[in-house]
Amino acid sequence: MRISESGDCITAYLKGDIDHHSARGIREDIDALVQMKQPALLKLDFSGVSFMDSSGIGLIMGRYRLMSLYGGTVKVVNVPEGLAKMMNLSGLSALDIIERRGEKIESTK
Amino acid sequence: MKAQNEMSMSFESRSSNEGFARCAVSAFITQLDPTISELNDIKTAVSEAVTNCVVHAYRNTIGKIYINVKIKENSVVVIKVRDTGCGIGDIKQAMQPLFTTAPSDERAGLGFAVMQSFMDKVNVRSKVGKGTTVTFEKRLSCRVGNG
Repeated sequence: MRISESGDCITAYLKGDIDHHSARGIREDIDALVQMKQPALLKLDFSGVSFMDSSGIGLIMGRYRLMSLYGGTVKVVNVPEGLAKMMNLSGLSALDIIERRGEKIESTK
Repeated sequence: MKAQNEMSMSFESRSSNEGFARCAVSAFITQLDPTISELNDIKTAVSEAVTNCVVHAYRNTIGKIYINVKIKENSVVVIKVRDTGCGIGDIKQAMQPLFTTAPSDERAGLGFAVMQSFMDKVNVRSKVGKGTTVTFEKRLSCRVGNG
């Protein structure tokens, strides 16, 4: 995973499979940098993610909580079509943090 | 309904095997020529069930996880994921969306909800101290002849 910084924003480019096994390392890498820099915005870029189970939802919710502690926000961007079903099921759309191809995912409710 | 093909495997409840399990099942299902979306649904459900075994059934220990996959008539796939771990006391509660006993591990509590949403049928049988068997079933859009 590549993490880039620009101004008050940190972007994490997630890649490969996100499951319970891989989520731990991703979480530790992101949190270490977030706690050090305390950015206003954390972007989670999903364009390189080939598979995700509900561990990915836990990962997003956990980062959302962490950023809230610092008064910052999370944006989930470039969600591939194959992950939309999981994102919609999670209820995360209610938090208004998911963008897909520049547009927000429609709430299924 | 008789099985037309069947596969069984067992492996240790290490988190590094979560990827192995879903890929092995999806490789077996490939003979039915599923759509990418169907394959993804099955991989996701298997991943959730196996993660439950790793995180809950054998918490802080290593045990065996058993998977059995049957291909039946009309491209119906039946997948069983079994453990001999701690078991579930209240299955109804465990299946509630957002309910989790492992929030510190950032579990979203969506495992069973995902299985129910991605599969046609989900059945859970469990005995405390004996283990849990999760069975799910999905009918694939049959694009090739059977056999």
